[in-house]
Amino acid sequence: MPSNKSVSDAPITQFVNCRILRDHKLQREDLWVREGRILDPEKLFFDEQGYADEQVDCEGQILAPGFIDVQINGGFGVDFSQDSQDVAAGVSFVAKNILEHGVTSFCPTLVTSPCSVYHKVLPQVKVHNGGRHGAGVLGFHLEGPFISEEKKGAHLHKYIRSFKSDPVLKLKEVYGSLDNVAVVTLAPELNGSQLVVRELCGRGITVSLGHSVANLSQAEDAVKCGASFITHLFNAMLPFHHRDPGIVGLLTSDQIPAGRTVYYGMIADGVHTNPAALRIAHRAHPAGLVLVTDAIAAMGLPPGRHTLGQQVIEIQGLHAYVAGWTFTGCVSHTHTQRHTHLPNTECFCLSGTKTLSGSIATMDMCVRHFKQASGCSVEEALEAASLHPAQLLGIEHRKGNLNYGSDADFTLLDDHLNVSATYISGEQVWRKER
Amino acid sequence: MKLIILNDYDQASEWAAKYIRNRILLFQPGPEKYFTLGLPTGSTPLGCYKKLIEYCKNGELSFKYVKTFNMDEYVGLPRDHPESFHSFMWNNFFKHIDIVPENTHILDGNAADLVKECNAFEEKISAAGGIELFVGGIGPDGHIAFNEPGSSLVSRTRVKTLAKDTILANAQYFNGDWSKVPKMALTVGVGTVMDAKEVMILITGAHKAFALYKAIEEGVNHMWTVSAFQQHPQTVFVCDEDATLELRVKTVKYFKDLMLVHNKLVEPLT
Repeated sequence: MPSNKSVSDAPITQFVNCRILRDHKLQREDLWVREGRILDPEKLFFDEQGYADEQVDCEGQILAPGFIDVQINGGFGVDFSQDSQDVAAGVSFVAKNILEHGVTSFCPTLVTSPCSVYHKVLPQVKVHNGGRHGAGVLGFHLEGPFISEEKKGAHLHKYIRSFKSDPVLKLKEVYGSLDNVAVVTLAPELNGSQLVVRELCGRGITVSLGHSVANLSQAEDAVKCGASFITHLFNAMLPFHHRDPGIVGLLTSDQIPAGRTVYYGMIADGVHTNPAALRIAHRAHPAGLVLVTDAIAAMGLPPGRHTLGQQVIEIQGLHAYVAGWTFTGCVSHTHTQRHTHLPNTECFCLSGTKTLSGSIATMDMCVRHFKQASGCSVEEALEAASLHPAQLLGIEHRKGNLNYGSDADFTLLDDHLNVSATYISGEQVWRKER
Repeated sequence: MKLIILNDYDQASEWAAKYIRNRILLFQPGPEKYFTLGLPTGSTPLGCYKKLIEYCKNGELSFKYVKTFNMDEYVGLPRDHPESFHSFMWNNFFKHIDIVPENTHILDGNAADLVKECNAFEEKISAAGGIELFVGGIGPDGHIAFNEPGSSLVSRTRVKTLAKDTILANAQYFNGDWSKVPKMALTVGVGTVMDAKEVMILITGAHKAFALYKAIEEGVNHMWTVSAFQQHPQTVFVCDEDATLELRVKTVKYFKDLMLVHNKLVEPLT
């Protein structure tokens, strides 16, 4: 066997006194890091006869892979879909602030917007690694505009589009460059969508089904063409029906090509999905569950006025309204019950409707709520926010886990899954005040 | 020889670990004076390793000035295979203690020239000044390291083909599939271990009882290679009750009565 000598002078850090998540289990093992990657200490010992330069005591905490948020529309007052903002600065601002929630990589999300927004915004933010400056950007998530009018949710009707006669050309026309795009959400029942799905998958872009009235058969066709994700399961799609489960049926479909997995986003904020529905989905297909925040500009902000795409919303206490309208009947009345589970979670909807519009729960809140509502193990809850999104995006060879060779992006958490420190490439980028 | 008989596996492991600890501490190793320790693998020494790790972690014992030489390693098994002896030593001992990597020596079963590798190992031992204390186990067929029945009692480090008994005994580590166990290994010779200043053999469990009987109550015989240590001036056999099941009552009584004296060897040093 050839010798595996890999000589490097870079300093080696050994994280001791921790429980790391590896091979789907929390284990009492040390984590070794060199040059921003996780190191195999046995190879280091025998091949290089090396040892650690520095030891960091993790005080018995859980050491988990950093969270990956594939659907986040903004936060801290920043709305990625807002035309007038300096997008790069806005993305950086959010990237810095979500480190506190244990998020080390994310996909800034744009809701259905006019072409001008895509053309202006997309070229401004490239895929890049995280660090002290903030979480890494994995590429944009374009949620729309090729969605169903009936299931637009909080998206604006006037910017919704269809593919017309030349779908691939339409894509280029609407979005412009796709270089910095990681995920596209579309409605598979639209004519021409299969061509688009194939085109996007061929470019390595993850295709997600959502904001759609597709039946199961249409959804399965899209999956056969390469679609691999469902945008916020249950929300903005036809409800499960026992003779046509719709998109929800993908969780147990037998038409999924061999070796492929369909993942599904869940906003586990206690509002978007009833815990019983969350449990049904989790039990039907635990390996596919991906926690997302679908956070909007108001996430992380105190009460006041904020924007969501092309609309203005106002937060008052634990509710939100479309500014200028009276608060009328809203499904938020039933929210108050759930607020006893999650005192810090806010929810909101468009006034006069029962339409939810994004969430302001943070990723770590979602992880805790998911664990509590589903009764799953700590490992499963953590993997739903790290390993599964990495698998979805096809980046699990370097993210979403603590395997040797993976990027050293991780968090330290207490037993209640509160984040106490965040690391990117082995460097501490956020720490809770003592 | 000293035959140390403890009630059970845990007590035997602890006694052995304390003995090793005291030996190292009394030696007072330093940068000019390393303590050279020979080490085994397998299920028998696991308890002893756990105890040594404990002593290292609570500050009683440091391995900073200890050099180790393992007895053996499979031929042809990738070094990072979970059942290689390199993996065993890393996971069960080295990763938990403060030993310096370049002071550990394990035979390389994937070397291009196996004979050269064995000779080089012997040279490394000489260069280190010989072995102070060689710790070993015993196979059910009475072998020490992989010196299978019929091995010369003056043998040196070399390549050996494993006996059926040994392969079957090791199948438990390969999912019970004995066809997956490597057929050859590199091993220190009986003579190599005999050269050590002191030898300690750990023997626990009823399945080793017959081998222990053959090793210490019958004659020196190359079919039971551990019997060679009857001719070593400083040998300690540490066993549990079950391992003594095939010995004469007289032998067991004699050595049990000596425990009062022998236990002084493991008292904490001030």
